[in-house]
Amino acid sequence: MERTGTRIGLWVWATLVVLFLWIPLVIMGVYAFNSSNIQSWPIPGFTTKWFSDAWNDVEVRDALWLSLRAGLLATSVALVLGSLAAFGLSRARFFGRDSISFLFILPIALPGIITGLALNSFFVIGGVSFSLWTIVIGHATFCVVVVYNNVIARLRRTSGSFFEASADLGATGFQTFRLVTLPVIGTALVAGALLAFALSWDEIVVTYFTAGAQNTLPLLIFGFIRQGQNLPIVNAIALVVIVVSLIPVALAQRLTSGPGAGRS
Amino acid sequence: MKRIRFGYVALAALVTALAVPAAGVSKGSGLPASVGAGEGKLTLIAWEGYTEKQWVAPFEKATGCKVSAKYAGSSNDMFNLMTSGGGGQYDMVSASGDASLRLIYAGALAEVNVGLIPSYKDFFKAFQAPATNTVGGKHYGVSVQFGPNLLLYNTAKEKKPTSWAALYDVKNKGKITIPDNPIQIADAALYLSKTKPALGIKDPYELTKTQLAAAVALLKQQRPLVKKYWGLASDQIDLFKNGGSTLGASWPYQYSQLLAAKAKVGTVIPKEGVTGWLDTWMLSSKAKHPNCAYKWMQYISTPKAQAQQATYYGETPVNKKACAIMDTITKGSCKQFSANAPESYYRSIKFWKTPIADCGNGQKNCTDLKAWTTAWQQVKG
Amino acid sequence: MAVDAARVKEGSPRRGALRSVSRFAWRRPGVKAFGQISAPVAAFLFVYVAALVALLIQGFWTTDSFTGKIIHSWTLDNFRVIANAPYPTIIVRTLVMASAVTITCMVLAFPYAYFMVRIAGRRLRIVLLVATVLPLWVSYLVRVYSWRLILNPDGALNWALNVLGLPDQNIAYTNTAMWVVFTYIWFPFMVLPVYAALERVPYSLIEASADLGGRGSTTLRRVILPLAVPGLAAGSIFTFSLTLGDYIAPSLVGGPGSSLIGTVVYESLGLANNAPFAAAFAMVPLGIMAVYLVVMKRLGAFESL
Repeated sequence: MERTGTRIGLWVWATLVVLFLWIPLVIMGVYAFNSSNIQSWPIPGFTTKWFSDAWNDVEVRDALWLSLRAGLLATSVALVLGSLAAFGLSRARFFGRDSISFLFILPIALPGIITGLALNSFFVIGGVSFSLWTIVIGHATFCVVVVYNNVIARLRRTSGSFFEASADLGATGFQTFRLVTLPVIGTALVAGALLAFALSWDEIVVTYFTAGAQNTLPLLIFGFIRQGQNLPIVNAIALVVIVVSLIPVALAQRLTSGPGAGRS
Repeated sequence: MKRIRFGYVALAALVTALAVPAAGVSKGSGLPASVGAGEGKLTLIAWEGYTEKQWVAPFEKATGCKVSAKYAGSSNDMFNLMTSGGGGQYDMVSASGDASLRLIYAGALAEVNVGLIPSYKDFFKAFQAPATNTVGGKHYGVSVQFGPNLLLYNTAKEKKPTSWAALYDVKNKGKITIPDNPIQIADAALYLSKTKPALGIKDPYELTKTQLAAAVALLKQQRPLVKKYWGLASDQIDLFKNGGSTLGASWPYQYSQLLAAKAKVGTVIPKEGVTGWLDTWMLSSKAKHPNCAYKWMQYISTPKAQAQQATYYGETPVNKKACAIMDTITKGSCKQFSANAPESYYRSIKFWKTPIADCGNGQKNCTDLKAWTTAWQQVKG
Repeated sequence: MAVDAARVKEGSPRRGALRSVSRFAWRRPGVKAFGQISAPVAAFLFVYVAALVALLIQGFWTTDSFTGKIIHSWTLDNFRVIANAPYPTIIVRTLVMASAVTITCMVLAFPYAYFMVRIAGRRLRIVLLVATVLPLWVSYLVRVYSWRLILNPDGALNWALNVLGLPDQNIAYTNTAMWVVFTYIWFPFMVLPVYAALERVPYSLIEASADLGGRGSTTLRRVILPLAVPGLAAGSIFTFSLTLGDYIAPSLVGGPGSSLIGTVVYESLGLANNAPFAAAFAMVPLGIMAVYLVVMKRLGAFESL
């Protein structure tokens, strides 16, 4: 369809964008093998010791584990609240509908430091001591909107007659949910959950105010960076994380970009 | 059900938030006469580098108190973390002088029986009961370490400076790095107190409006010369390593890191004198693990732990017996970090303290930290 | 309350009851929607909004700067201070930065997303989507720090420039560096909604335009671009608001004169412990975002987030 010139231009553009996205990550990866902890370019020598250093560091492992649990729990909360909200708002037209969607967008539209501080004083005044759960609540605020957006977009694109047909055929609302709704929104849930987890995984500001005396991975990394020590360890962790997350991210993308997507 | 209960909590919280008068006045319980069995846990708010494995692990092993530390980014982080909700989340904090008095007056801290700290008697006299952690004869913690804010320079590219004037000299445009912190105004004030005596600055932390304005004017002149206002120690370390900066206001920490990286750097105590910090391990008034806290104070003030921390972080221990051990860890480190310097050395450092309106001249006309922060934001633009 | 009772029964094993609840909900979609929406809305109102309101009210109070305790006398002083230097400059700088970052992200993202949807085959499309999303999994701090290493005087960029025989760049610790870094870290947030919007453009529409004699550029301008606007608007909500609130990137890669709104809020809270001023100042980004969201809603962003 597009002219050859346009096609070539777009190929070049896409290549440049991918380079822009990945060159910093490649450099980060290279520094993970830096034999010196002074980060000059090019690196003076090659070593893999930072990976074993990172693995043997109890603090790093604790932080990884905490981040993982917080991410999974926050994502679960977001899945429940986000899809409930999407169902409620997708069909009905009622007063205050816009204000409600505004409400859900607020946590990502507002600077994290405001959310963080507000929740911090809220927990403290309410006598809630900081724990895994305060982190989860803090993260869930901005994860809900991600799931909500994905699910509501899918519901809008799905004709209401599906659900009506199910009801006409005598299914209860819950059968309809299980047999019609869930398959329809399944991939949207996966995509939303993945993005929600990624946001939680990388959050610093809100976490700082809701974590108490615990370190999630980003908080630990911030400490390392502030001190200017252990930086190759940070790069090693980042490299491992990116390799490990490649599999779920790729799977989810395959799942969500079904054969029907794009030109057909 | 849970949801409803949470709603009530939230409502109650909102109501209290709207009417939150002075909460958290310290309870006036008596001092402990002995240290009991450890509670198995100790929660700390610390500067990075203050709870390193090399000295925390032996402590955990010996006492069974598992240490979990929260790193604070600034003195105010420490203050916020300690006072939010009247404390109780953390047992101790390694507060600097610009937070310690505020913490005491906010009622966040408990008095400490220094009689239970064996190494206390080995402290340099100036740090047994310094004004930053002792009020009315009551100790609210034990001093740990201190250090000066130094003038750092690249020995290959710069002549050895002797005065802070190097940081205000137009010749050095684009080479200078300055800490990104309102307390930096005190450095300018200290310089002005020597170079412009007409302003009448006696204490760099006690500035009238005119004196503050003069310091701000000086700092605004400096701004075009500044390469980077560093927020993290690593900012300055990077810039000195790669030649982006050759002159800067700095801490011994950066100096020792740069030396370790074989960078060509030196430090100077300029003729106008220096500002500095004194850190104290302070005990929360609502500490949940007071016995472990006492064990920590006992441990961290021993010569060995003091020496380990001093050589790691690049600061000066308050225990005079630490000097000998420092030299066994890194040769020459005792002298490098002035752990054997005479009493007059400590007296010459203007230690950080919180600027307050009621500053001892009887007129309550000094500028406070709020004013300093606004002024600092003006300086940086 | 009736709705709550109905919701409790959902868990009941008695199918009859289940069926009647279900029938009840079906007949009254409004009630059903209300039941679904009440849990998330309640959670948000009682936790998030309550906390927010409690914080923002402080904007009308002031603090005792020594103990940091809040003094509960109503005052507008905090808002008056915002009008003084340097805050207007900082607000304008932040707006310029957020707009520049948003526009750059749009310019980069649109052809890229278009390529993914229209030119790339399915396999390549998945590879590109993964390549776009995966950076989000690498710590934000690591990505920002990586740029610092690239831009440093002895960093990879100057090394590459020298290899090509070009002179050194010197943008480390400037607003330019901040612009590059913000564009880099928020870029995926722009691509995803734009991609989703373009994916929804029916192929037949483009064919129809061509059949009616529309040239490639006409089709792009008159058909594809208007349909992509909601996606671009949705992406811009992320890039704009994230830039508005960030204070870590300015401190890591910015230089003198790089303070943003986020920096001021952070310093007021984190350094001066002046929660009232921080709260008052927080109303600036809040107001900006409120206006922004209203405009973006007009452009259909909410349907395309």
